[in-house]
Amino acid sequence: MALSDQELKEIAYLARINVKEDSLPSLKKELEDILGLFEELNAAETSEISAMSHPLDLSQPTRQDEVTEENLREELLKNAPSVQSGLFLVPKVIEGEE
Amino acid sequence: MDLHKLYLSEQLEGIKSGKFSSTELTTHYLERISKFDDDLNSFITVTEDQAIAKAKKSDERYKNNTNLPLDGLPIAHKDIFCTKDVLTTCGSKMLSNFEAPYSSTVFEKLDNEGMVMLGKTNMDEFAMGSSNETSYFGPVKNPWNTEYVPGGSSGGSASCVSAELAPVATATDTGGSIRQPASLCGLTGIKPTYGRVSRYGMIAFASSLDQGGVVARSAADAALILEAMCGHDPKDSTSLNLERPDLTTNLNNPIKGMKIGLPKEFFEKEMPSYVEKSIEDAISVYKDLGAEIVEVSLPNINLSLPIYYIIAPAECSANLSRYDGVRYGYRCEDPKDIEDLYMRTREEGFGNEVKRRILIGTYALSAGYYDAYYLKAQKCRQLVANDFKEVFKNIDVLLSPTTPGTSFKAGEKTNDPIAMYLQDIFTIPANLAGLPGLSIPCGENAGLPLGLQLVGNSLEEDKLLQFAHSYQLNTDWHSKMPDIS
Repeated sequence: MALSDQELKEIAYLARINVKEDSLPSLKKELEDILGLFEELNAAETSEISAMSHPLDLSQPTRQDEVTEENLREELLKNAPSVQSGLFLVPKVIEGEE
Repeated sequence: MDLHKLYLSEQLEGIKSGKFSSTELTTHYLERISKFDDDLNSFITVTEDQAIAKAKKSDERYKNNTNLPLDGLPIAHKDIFCTKDVLTTCGSKMLSNFEAPYSSTVFEKLDNEGMVMLGKTNMDEFAMGSSNETSYFGPVKNPWNTEYVPGGSSGGSASCVSAELAPVATATDTGGSIRQPASLCGLTGIKPTYGRVSRYGMIAFASSLDQGGVVARSAADAALILEAMCGHDPKDSTSLNLERPDLTTNLNNPIKGMKIGLPKEFFEKEMPSYVEKSIEDAISVYKDLGAEIVEVSLPNINLSLPIYYIIAPAECSANLSRYDGVRYGYRCEDPKDIEDLYMRTREEGFGNEVKRRILIGTYALSAGYYDAYYLKAQKCRQLVANDFKEVFKNIDVLLSPTTPGTSFKAGEKTNDPIAMYLQDIFTIPANLAGLPGLSIPCGENAGLPLGLQLVGNSLEEDKLLQFAHSYQLNTDWHSKMPDIS
């Protein structure tokens, strides 16, 4: 399974992980080796088999729509890298007037 | 007195009868940690002050006759379990400053039984690894020989229990992360049926595979603690709605007449002769105890490794998308815009193995590849689960080696991800099918221990532990401990 540089860059962008140009060749080799493992599955006959997404045959449990959590705003903001006026602070997202 | 030589039930009895207090026992372990852990690096955080305070409270409860079931017994928790106001890192730079705002159900359950947390144990980053070399907090060493790895991802938990720096530790297992380090460190490690132990507050890696459990020095110790960890939790929608199982009452029941299956596909693999010999010896022990041995076939079991390396990374890529540098955890310096913040935070905050798996998972889930990889893997996963269903119609447990061999030297497999992945070749299938599995020590080679794996049918942890306990009543592999002084 060969990956092109372009494909690898696209995957990295989808995953929002910056990959430095000089680490592309070794990373590509490692991923290709792992993808190579998957070829074994091609031989398995699965046309009549349904996909197993989970080990438990469960339906999603539901509960009454009642408030159970306390408001932990201060507690939760304590771990934030940057906070202003009780809000998470990030670089500007919306383009427009300064 | 060598308090650390006592098993949990003996320690509990000692506290109850007033031979020693929880404070003495806890202090004893804290001293051992400070003496030996610089070398082993099995703890990321030692919660010394909290531990002493908890132990004192426990001693008061004994005085007032209000003691709890496991009151005063020390325990170490894998750093994947959130513990309120205590650093919870998951072995990652990404969470290197994260103090959990709430506690995991596993922690709370054991805390409610009176257990005293000694600290948080080192682990492979986000539980991805089989050697505990991917931790941001440095590699953990194997107490049997510090040039060797303790296994992973619960390497810190296994290392500290093996070195008797804690009598028992919590752990988690996605593809073997309890059983493989238990095998490499000479311990008893059990992963229960998927859904037995709540995943609430247990940092997610691959949600359909992750399951909490325990590493201990004996099956009896493991049973005692696992029992207390189990039970329905409304906060985890995949928690089984069942009563907490009784894992201790029938531990001494004989296994005479029960059937052990040997998976033919596993025994056809090339194994070092000491592995073959140890497993043959264990089989003889079981024969002598009256178990019947039969060869069984799980025709699709050899597909497990590729299935796992599609499904686990796919789920990991989704779960780890939450680490974006916005709400908690690491954030890169001076992001120039929001995209740069995401991209560099995740580049700098994750280690190589985690990034590899996120990329593989992203690829397997991306448009054009979903059917060929992810869907195909899910179908093959069903084939493997069906194989188990079929064999458990006729047998009680499956027996095999836990690992392809004893521990390996640090650095030996670091640059070869696939060689590392092969460590879990015998353990992964149980995770795919959601079945309980355990590892018990059954031999050694060149001074390093080796484990035997037993896999049981769904919800039959009691039977697995019964098999493990019978073995330990008749052999002494589990009582051998490394000499670390």
